[in-house]
Amino acid sequence: MRTFRYLNCICLSVLFILGVAPDSIAQVDTFEFDNDVQQQRFRTLSDELRCPMCQNTNLSGSTGGVAEDLRREIHRMILGGMSDRDIERFMFERYGDFIFYRPRLTAQTLLLWFGPLCFLLVGGFFARGIFKRAKEVDDIESELDESQKARLNELIGGK
Amino acid sequence: MIPELGQFSLILAFCLSILLGTLPMIGAARGNILWMNLARPLAAGTFVFLSISIGILAYAFATDDFSVQIVAAQSNSLLPMQYKLTALWGGHEGSFLLWTFMLSGWMLAVSVFSKSMPIEFVARVLGVLGLLCVAYILFMLATSNPFMRIVPLPPGDGSDLNTALQDFGFIVHPPTLYMGYVGFSVVFAFAIAALLSGRLDAAWARWSRPWANISWAILTIGIALGSWWAYYELGWGGWWAWDPVENPPLITWLLGTALIHSLAVTEKRGVFKSWTVLLAILAFSGSLLGTFITRSGLLTSVHAFASDPTRGVFILGILGIAVGGALLLFAFRAPLMKSEFGFGLVSREIFLLANNVLLVVSAASIFLGTLFPMVYQALTDDLISIGPPYFNAIFGPLMVLLILILGVGPMSRWKRTSTSYLVQQLAKVAAVSIAIGLVLPLLVLFEISFAAIVCVVLASWIVLSMAKDLRNKIINKETVSKGLRALSLSYYGMQIAHIGVAVMLIGVGLTSYFSIERSVLLAPGATVTLGSYAFRFDGSEPIRGPNYVADQATFSISKDDSSLGELYPERRIYLATGTPSTEMAIDAGFLRDLFITLGEEKEDGAWTMTVYVKPFVRWIWLGAIFMAAGGTLAAADKRYRRLRQRKFAKDIAAKEKLDSGNLQPASS
Amino acid sequence: MDRLKYFLPSFVFVALAILLWRGLYLDTRTLPSMLIDKPLPEFTLANVVGEPVSNSDLPDEIFLLNVWGSYCLPCLIEHPTFMRLSEEGEIPVVGINYKDRNKLAKDWLETNGNPFSFSIEDLDGRFGIDLGVYGAPETYLVDADGVIRYRHVSVLDETVWNKEFLPAIAELKAESN
Repeated sequence: MRTFRYLNCICLSVLFILGVAPDSIAQVDTFEFDNDVQQQRFRTLSDELRCPMCQNTNLSGSTGGVAEDLRREIHRMILGGMSDRDIERFMFERYGDFIFYRPRLTAQTLLLWFGPLCFLLVGGFFARGIFKRAKEVDDIESELDESQKARLNELIGGK
Repeated sequence: MIPELGQFSLILAFCLSILLGTLPMIGAARGNILWMNLARPLAAGTFVFLSISIGILAYAFATDDFSVQIVAAQSNSLLPMQYKLTALWGGHEGSFLLWTFMLSGWMLAVSVFSKSMPIEFVARVLGVLGLLCVAYILFMLATSNPFMRIVPLPPGDGSDLNTALQDFGFIVHPPTLYMGYVGFSVVFAFAIAALLSGRLDAAWARWSRPWANISWAILTIGIALGSWWAYYELGWGGWWAWDPVENPPLITWLLGTALIHSLAVTEKRGVFKSWTVLLAILAFSGSLLGTFITRSGLLTSVHAFASDPTRGVFILGILGIAVGGALLLFAFRAPLMKSEFGFGLVSREIFLLANNVLLVVSAASIFLGTLFPMVYQALTDDLISIGPPYFNAIFGPLMVLLILILGVGPMSRWKRTSTSYLVQQLAKVAAVSIAIGLVLPLLVLFEISFAAIVCVVLASWIVLSMAKDLRNKIINKETVSKGLRALSLSYYGMQIAHIGVAVMLIGVGLTSYFSIERSVLLAPGATVTLGSYAFRFDGSEPIRGPNYVADQATFSISKDDSSLGELYPERRIYLATGTPSTEMAIDAGFLRDLFITLGEEKEDGAWTMTVYVKPFVRWIWLGAIFMAAGGTLAAADKRYRRLRQRKFAKDIAAKEKLDSGNLQPASS
Repeated sequence: MDRLKYFLPSFVFVALAILLWRGLYLDTRTLPSMLIDKPLPEFTLANVVGEPVSNSDLPDEIFLLNVWGSYCLPCLIEHPTFMRLSEEGEIPVVGINYKDRNKLAKDWLETNGNPFSFSIEDLDGRFGIDLGVYGAPETYLVDADGVIRYRHVSVLDETVWNKEFLPAIAELKAESN
């Protein structure tokens, strides 16, 4: 445990924590839920839904305004027994795709969701090309090695 | 009068950089030594005048000269001095001057630390950097002049710095980030110089590596500082938002990571030459892209400066000429650089090739996600949002693949490695890693979580495979210390950087899945418990700061009845603008952070608040520190210094021979 | 052919540059409304003077629904336009007093003038959420059947009225004939 405290000190001094007074603009609402599962659902939904009027923040991170109202609605809907899908549909009917930080998989977002896989395949294709050229060179070199070895054997064997 | 001197100094820097961007390059093409030798003094001169320029701007901020537009926009007389100075980079114009100043700093560094490179090469490198300088200063003079004055009636006081920026993080994050970001211009200039001269050999790679490594290390710290600052600044424990302005530095960083690995291969094995040059161009494009996105209003972000399409078009023009030109040069010249050496299917080259593919694919994917909303809107006229759920889903699996390779790569040999050797070395490592991954989370956290298991398995995989490799390397030496001393700095650099990955992985994984929080309304004297920690609210009192008034609450925290001290979160109102802001209090620990955010005061001194426990969150930035340290260590390798000394000695010997008139051929 | 592949990065870059240039001129901030061509959501609330109102109290002709608040400066800027519309009887205007305080709202109407046939009081913003409101001022164009046909976000001045609303209204009138 002493080691940890020592390392703790190093971390603290290295990370300039001492004497730094941090700032924040977090919102704090006190919604009560019946159980932890609901609390977790609330947190996940608030994290994954976008605040319609802010500069790219989720509902969790915005103070006041529409974000506060929407969080209140989510709280009400969770307590009212609505499923996550129902809540998302509620949001979609009013604010559209904009409000989802996880874009829905549609024909227009196919490129988005499968793009990385395509990149991987293209990358692999190019890598294969590089490798094949390198293997050619390598094969030629090992051939030379082979013929040199044969010559060496000849010379030694000859003696 | 004085701000005008600052602008004049900027114009002088502009003129010098025009000369720098033209004469030495023409000199290099024509073999004109005089013109080539102009490069270093011109670079130094540009640096001097940019320093004067930014110094004068800082002076304007320090003396509350509100006749200067950006001072009035960003500063205020009540602001503490350190924030008056850093308000310089609080807005677009000032921060772009900082950006350009960083470039001139790197230019100076190149002109000083390039004695072992031939003058044509140095001339070309400084020439390219000079051209970039020309573009940046022209951009400032034409669209974003930091010395613009307010006439005829300057305001009596300024609009104050955004309260979120009145913080230590703002003092360190932008300069460090810019320093690293702009540093990639150097290796870009090296690549262009190589393409122009038509020669790309191991010497080029050897020269480029320190510059690439150090820029990368500084960028690592710069991004980590931003993440750390966001974490304690924004108040809900988030440390990475995948915001459109945050992503470009990460894209550059990923490309930079691929670059430093690729450079290693090019230096040691002479392969991947044109690919490395392309990577250098792409990494630099990442930095220009970042500037473009932040300053053009292309994408919505909390970090973006006030948007202006004119500026965007200008930067796009710079991007087009610099990157487009570089890529065209690449298309014409790169085919001439063929690799001479080959390698087999299972070899270190292959693993590093896989490393590069995965890193570039990750960078491309983040790029796709960042720009896709714009593409979507252009195509469908509808708006779409892409945020953390998407990026985490894509980035995570790619990183898992990369880390799997990370364990194997260092152990493999160049050119040809036997698969059975690798399997034999690493099978036990894999098995033990999986065991640790299954057991440790269960013991420490008393619950099973797939994500935690994966993270611990991967982190163990890195650490254990590294330990095995180390053991293999010293096992044949007489003593352990002799074995350790025989290993090069660059080997240690690699290992430390890779440990950094493991450390960061633990931090990311455990904090993402095991952070807990609770929001409550507490009256004075009441306690809230979270996990095994208790937070007792001891009431609040009004206090006064240099430019704000606040309600400061006192909390006593304890764990299992042993006291851990007190925390003092605040709720501030800044006097200049009346803006409220919440101030967190953090009890930082090696294994966990505890923090409290105040909400609002209700009746009878009760406050709403949220308390958080975040395990291992500091490991995220500790990992970054390790990575940066490892990267720097690798660049400080004795190899480079030794080579310089040897070359120096050879030069002396050759000169003596010449002087003594002894021109006999060397005896065989 | 082999040499051509070195030009691939340049081609990709040019395509990207064009895309970025195009993107500079897109408006990324205005959300299109999800309720276009959908009926106005049901409501049973009070108006600003305390009388109960619901969908049946809405005009039976094409009308404007304006979201406003006493705290909202742009609402004050567009106010003269609504005063003119209501005085000239060109089109009925119904207001939604969004997340405001009743006293402040009444004072605001008294000081500046009341262009609204009536103002629905939406104290907690619940009705606003059903409409997809994300910030005052917003103005909806609703047809005679209570179906939302158009939404404008931010200040509705005479220019906007002439360029956007008049043509839209003409279209609606042509449709119903």
